[in-house]
Amino acid sequence: MISIQGLYKQFGKLEVLKGIDLEVEKGNVVVVIGPSGSGKTTMLRCLNILETPTKGVISIESQTLDFSGTVPKKNIAAFRRLTGMVFQSYNLFPHKTALENVMEGPVIVKNENKESARKKAQTLLEKVGLGDKIDYYPVQLSGGQQQRVGIARALAMDPKVMLFDEPTSALDPELVGEVLKVMKDLANEGMTMIVVTHEMRFAREAADEVIFMDQGVVVERNKPEEIFTNPKEERTRKFLNMIQ
Amino acid sequence: MKMYLSSIFADPERTARLIDIAQSSFLPLLKGAIFYTIPLTIITFIVGMVLAIVTALARISHVRIFQIIARIYVSAIRGTPLLVQLFIIFYGLPTLGIIIDSYLAAVIGFSLSVGAYTSEIIRAAILSTPKGQWEAGYSIGMSYSQVLRRIILPQAARVSLPPLSNSFISLVKDTSLASLVLVSEMFRKAQEIAASNYEFLLVYSEAALIYWVICFILSVIQQMLEKKLDRYV
Ligand SMILES: Nc1ncnc2c1ncn2[C@@H]1O[C@H](COP(=O)(O)OP(=O)(O)OP(=O)(O)O)[C@@H](O)[C@H]1O
Ligand SMILES: [Mg+2]
Repeated sequence: MISIQGLYKQFGKLEVLKGIDLEVEKGNVVVVIGPSGSGKTTMLRCLNILETPTKGVISIESQTLDFSGTVPKKNIAAFRRLTGMVFQSYNLFPHKTALENVMEGPVIVKNENKESARKKAQTLLEKVGLGDKIDYYPVQLSGGQQQRVGIARALAMDPKVMLFDEPTSALDPELVGEVLKVMKDLANEGMTMIVVTHEMRFAREAADEVIFMDQGVVVERNKPEEIFTNPKEERTRKFLNMIQ
Repeated sequence: MKMYLSSIFADPERTARLIDIAQSSFLPLLKGAIFYTIPLTIITFIVGMVLAIVTALARISHVRIFQIIARIYVSAIRGTPLLVQLFIIFYGLPTLGIIIDSYLAAVIGFSLSVGAYTSEIIRAAILSTPKGQWEAGYSIGMSYSQVLRRIILPQAARVSLPPLSNSFISLVKDTSLASLVLVSEMFRKAQEIAASNYEFLLVYSEAALIYWVICFILSVIQQMLEKKLDRYV
């Protein structure tokens, strides 16, 4: 359903992604781990076209972008709508309430009718456990609540894939659980997800597959129980020892 | 000073004359403020803001030629006196066969000035909005102009409200320069009245008082707006 082939990304002289190949089945949850600077964020940002890959082909469902040539803006906009992005620092719109944050995309981008968008936004906020906070501004919410609004905002666009970039690493430890629970529920509903995280419990409980990245390449991929108990590559083993 | 005061109060006839002048000049001055000073300020501020936003966007764009044009414009306006600019537009351009009515000349001159000065304020405010806000907008599929209008500018507006209010208040006072290109705004009215009765101190002070009241009201409005916008920060 998602396929990445030969994805390269360079910032000036710095080559960050050096040929990533990855396939993700519909409904699967893939957790991406790897040391700082290995290119995890960059890979997610390339999938959301927040960064333009230097070369490579990415496709989601029937849409394909080939970055060896120039890609029309229109195709990028259409492609972007297939993915929902959840940021480490939430990036909620501070001048809009939780409800308005969630409604923004459907109303402005999809030209949905305001009333139905409002209802849908409300349902989504209830789903992430914030039914009683819909009229709050981001400053009035805790980090965990803000991140759940962030998830609802991404879901409101009906993405085919949800991308999470360390969604809990800016949170106080006691707030991590509420966000992970929402993510697990999503996974159980069959959402296709790519999650960069260091929450190993989440990886064990929710991931279909774990990918270990280092220095811009995928070093190893396997089922969570396999990769955690019996890593095949030396680099993976070292990394796992370091973080556990 | 002492002589002036004693001349007013010692001589009942003079006192009566001054009160009479103060009263009879008040209405024309107020009219000058209401029909010229205030509309001139509002119109030029609106046009100036549009210019400022366009200029700020040109400065932060990646297109070299836009950057250069914007820089030259800002530099030229900031580097020359406003009065000289007004004179060029009103007295100078007719030499080239471009004849502009005094009010329009004032609108053009002040708008160009507001546009250049406030573009720096807007540019700084746009740049102060975190990059993550752009990315969040793009990630839900918004276009550049949608992110700009709905996400960035509203936040930039909050940051730039205090300096923009200052520009607006300065503009109210600067419109008095339009008297020199023959716009019959409040200060020109004051000059005409004073020229006919020679009571310069009285009439100009009266005009000053009206400017002060207008600016005072504006600063109250500014504070109310800031409070209102504070709920998101
Ligand atoms: N916009 C950019 N310009 C230049 N270099 C960048 C840019 N973004 C990322 N990099 C560099 O690319 C490399 C990979 O960064 P990336 O953020 O993808 O790593 P990461 O695996 O997400 O790391 P972390 O675990 O710390 O989040 C880093 O060396 C980083 O400095
Ligand atoms: Mg990262």
